[in-house]
Amino acid sequence: MSDHKTMTLTLIVWRQKGPSDPGKFETYTAKGITEHHSFLEMLDCVNEDLIYSGKEPIVFDHDCREGICGMCSQVINGLAHGGRDRTTVCQLHMRTFKDGDTIYIEPWRARAFPIIKDLVCDRTALDTIVQAGAYVSCHTGGVPDGNAILIPKPAADEAMDAAECVGCGACVAGCPNGAAMLFTGAKVSQFAVIPQGKAEAAERVKALTDAMTECGFGNCTNHYECQTACPKGINVKFIARMNREFLKAQFS
Amino acid sequence: MILDGKCPTGPIQQTWDKHRFDLKLVNPANKRKYNVIVVGTGLAGGAAAASLGELGYNVQAFCYQDSPRRAHSIAAQGGINAAKNYPNDGDSIYRLFYDTIKGGDFRAREADVWRLAQVSNNIIDQCVAQGVPFARDYAGYLDNRSFGGAQVSRTFYARGQTGQQLLLGAYSALSRQIKLGTVKMYNRREMLDLVVVDGVARGITVRNLITGEMESYAADAVCLATGGYVNVFYLSTNAMGCSVTAAWKAHKKGAYFANPCYTQIHPTCIPQAGDYQSKLTLMSESLRNDGRCWVPKKKEDCGKHPNEVPEEDRDYYLERKYPSFGNLAPRDIASRAAKEQCDDGRGVGPGGRGVYLDFSTSIKRVGADTIKERYGNLFEMYEKITDEDGYKRPMRMYPAPHYSMGGLWVDYNLMSNIPGLFVLGEANFSVHGANRLGASALMQGLADGYFVIPYTIGGYLATVKPGEVKADHDEFKNSAADVKAEQEKLLSINGNKTVFEFMRELGGLMWENCGMARTKQSLEINLKKIPALREDFWKNVKVTGTGAEFNQQLENAGRTADFFEFAELMCRDAYHRNESCGGHFREEYQDQGEAERDDANFCYVGAWEFKGVGKEPELHKEPLKFDNVHLAVRSYK
Amino acid sequence: MQLLTSSIGRKIVMAITGQAMVLFAVIHLLGNSSIFGWLNGGINAYAEHLHSLPLPIIIGFRLALLAMVCIHIWFGIQLTMENRGGRPQQYAVKAAQKATFASENMIWTGCLIGLFLVYHLLHFTFQVISPETAALKNLVPLHDQMVPNVLGMVVAGFKNFFVSFIYAGGMVVLFLHLSHGIQSFFQTMGWSCDKSQPIIVKLGSLVALVLFAGYVIIPLTVFFGILKG
Repeated sequence: MSDHKTMTLTLIVWRQKGPSDPGKFETYTAKGITEHHSFLEMLDCVNEDLIYSGKEPIVFDHDCREGICGMCSQVINGLAHGGRDRTTVCQLHMRTFKDGDTIYIEPWRARAFPIIKDLVCDRTALDTIVQAGAYVSCHTGGVPDGNAILIPKPAADEAMDAAECVGCGACVAGCPNGAAMLFTGAKVSQFAVIPQGKAEAAERVKALTDAMTECGFGNCTNHYECQTACPKGINVKFIARMNREFLKAQFS
Repeated sequence: MILDGKCPTGPIQQTWDKHRFDLKLVNPANKRKYNVIVVGTGLAGGAAAASLGELGYNVQAFCYQDSPRRAHSIAAQGGINAAKNYPNDGDSIYRLFYDTIKGGDFRAREADVWRLAQVSNNIIDQCVAQGVPFARDYAGYLDNRSFGGAQVSRTFYARGQTGQQLLLGAYSALSRQIKLGTVKMYNRREMLDLVVVDGVARGITVRNLITGEMESYAADAVCLATGGYVNVFYLSTNAMGCSVTAAWKAHKKGAYFANPCYTQIHPTCIPQAGDYQSKLTLMSESLRNDGRCWVPKKKEDCGKHPNEVPEEDRDYYLERKYPSFGNLAPRDIASRAAKEQCDDGRGVGPGGRGVYLDFSTSIKRVGADTIKERYGNLFEMYEKITDEDGYKRPMRMYPAPHYSMGGLWVDYNLMSNIPGLFVLGEANFSVHGANRLGASALMQGLADGYFVIPYTIGGYLATVKPGEVKADHDEFKNSAADVKAEQEKLLSINGNKTVFEFMRELGGLMWENCGMARTKQSLEINLKKIPALREDFWKNVKVTGTGAEFNQQLENAGRTADFFEFAELMCRDAYHRNESCGGHFREEYQDQGEAERDDANFCYVGAWEFKGVGKEPELHKEPLKFDNVHLAVRSYK
Repeated sequence: MQLLTSSIGRKIVMAITGQAMVLFAVIHLLGNSSIFGWLNGGINAYAEHLHSLPLPIIIGFRLALLAMVCIHIWFGIQLTMENRGGRPQQYAVKAAQKATFASENMIWTGCLIGLFLVYHLLHFTFQVISPETAALKNLVPLHDQMVPNVLGMVVAGFKNFFVSFIYAGGMVVLFLHLSHGIQSFFQTMGWSCDKSQPIIVKLGSLVALVLFAGYVIIPLTVFFGILKG
């Protein structure tokens, strides 16, 4: 259908049979790729070739393929999601590569994200952090009218900025310490800036930061790699806010 | 058989309140003795699991993703409707009810729709209390916008990510219950069978997607909230993992499938770029507020750069055909008009499958900055995918499958014809009729999960003894063995075509012959070709690896196998429905391009009973009665 | 006590101790600059003034400084070890977008500063590196009394290329450490937002640069004979 030139690429892909397998890099060739292929569609093509030749296709996480579900999670040439501004892997298009390029593809690497297979890792630690208290403890039903709680627009916008997080874990993957500070900071901040979340703010920040440590995430050393890795552009100001909330909680 | 939806009678305004009072209650101390399974954790499933857990039931929730937060409800952009009437512009529960019935082309139950409109207001309150960051005005009040052709401003939104924010609200409520221990969450599990014992739904068989093991879970009630089936077209706006499998397995165990031919095709999606493409991306409908749709008048202009086509050679076909609604014609109509132009050989872009959405007039009128302010993120998304600048040249758009109005048949209590099996959200057929209005899908999912199922499931559970069947029952063993046998078969074929190839082929057939427009002939072609292709699939598919490991090929193969069986039913339903209504457009039944309903013969819900693969299913009808809204022709001319 | 056990708490403690030491460094530099003669009697007068403070204050101040250094080092090592475990396996391609040489090597610049401090204390406080020029042993007259010749000791030391080199090198390392450390303090305390944060990063580096320049000018001017004893 497409009349564009095609390219041939060398892929060096992390293959790992299971959690206990040491894993290694394998080299593949991606042929007939156009600039309109998304990165994952390029991987689809490589997988089709592998299946035809009777080999096991590369296993990778993906779902919505429109940059919102947060499922896709590959490190490309050392950068989570390929390092393009505000872009998930599924939105990364092959026009950013050149014919003959060599591309390293690896899974998220962090202690808290053990690898399940090939490029798939286990991110339930992020769920654990949320379960520790990233919510307002309201019941279904029996709540006041939506307009009974007035929220100034700047606060609503600030909460929305934090809530844009898709929970992909790129911040952890990009962090040299495997820290989940940006993820956790966004959760703490989202609820700290709006009245509904204030009642539980102190307990929440304590519980979430404890959960973060228990899950095996590292600590923040303010490299700000997380912010550049984040496909939604979540700002490190939310880490600062969490630190502030944490300090406040110590004296409340 | 004539089906009974068990709708309450009497004045429609009191139906839900009266019904709630009539439902039996489960004693608080007894609730924890009941096990409830919820499959799917989108808006409907997530909200249901959280609410049922909070009530005190023992809930087990399942999703195929690695986290309940990733369900495809997350991708909804536009907003959620509610009859709050905050803008004081004449909205009411009755008007939302009326709009939904009419928008659905009079193919939905009045009582269900009334209930939806009634609880829509509670949903907004609930989400605000959860901390969902809805848009606010400077005084701090909730903001509304108009959406999807409604004449009132009733849509609440959170930037372009309303679905995401509502889902995260439900996910946070669910997470709270998981922490409290009332809900046990099972990630990366795919439901592959419904276990029915003596005619009652008693549990499910799931595959652990990491280890490949078959697992059995027993419960006193099973809730399916497993979404829609438009991935039967292969290319759609759904996520890659969305499938008909859970609903189809329930159907094969006896649950009726209602109105499968009602599918919604969204008019503004980014066109397909090549054969390798895996999915289509939707661009919010709001773009049509300022964009003008056109194609070249002359076929030879189609290859030219759009800016080189002179004004007089452009055909603004929506403005020409629908002078009063123009570019804002409803989804089904705008989609069909685009297809018509492309079929006429005047489409643009790869394969001639695209129309222009041109902002140059608006940019001249209000300036590029204003357009950027309104749609900046959409232009950015368009450029990311196509590498074209929508400010400088018109965007290319083409319709794409987006939502399925049909689904498993349920009564007013959201219970299917199998006792103990409840179906929620997009997976059921209940409220959208033949066409869904914008910003109504989120409303339905949350209504079912937060405010309907918590009541109606109690009415059922109060009539059954808890824990009567355990997971060691023979039926569970048989079910697991059957599923395993099917997987072994798929793995053993070792043919020469991949699962993707088959799915592409099936999707192509469905899109071509059972897509935006259908005819008797096209459906006959499909009814012949699909069984043949299915047979080929079972002979020639190649699935690598084993069943006892993380095997995405095997997952896809199973889903594709179910799509093959389902596609035939969908075509059959479309074939039998000799009328056009909403998303179901039969070319034979039209009045100058407009859908022509046949209320005398087809004013019913068509629910199909499974009789075996390749065997003709049996049709059951549930007549639709309209006591509050008068049947009328939808016209947008 | 979450402040001493949790990762954020320990980082806050590190930030406060670190920032206190930066303040000390600023005051120390102001004192040192008396070598250029703005104080009557120069650095010898400044040193004498410090030593004439009541003994408990001097000892208290030194102990407090020592405690801060120890806490900063102890938590620094602890957190770094934890962080190394946070990502046990590195990526095949190393590609940082925002991290800097300074931010990635805080532990090493910190260690070097620690070593430098030991040397510096032995040299100018305990005066055991080159005892023949020790200020305490060479008293000079100042305002009718005999005081230690700090100026002579400093000039004698910095005339030596290696000594000057060690001090200049130490200051380069200090600059690296502070260029990340100062802005980090504001982030860790939560005293920054999206608008102020990039400015704080620049100002932090600027302060680090000023401290570097201020300190390094003394050995340089001595070594090149501009400042004479």
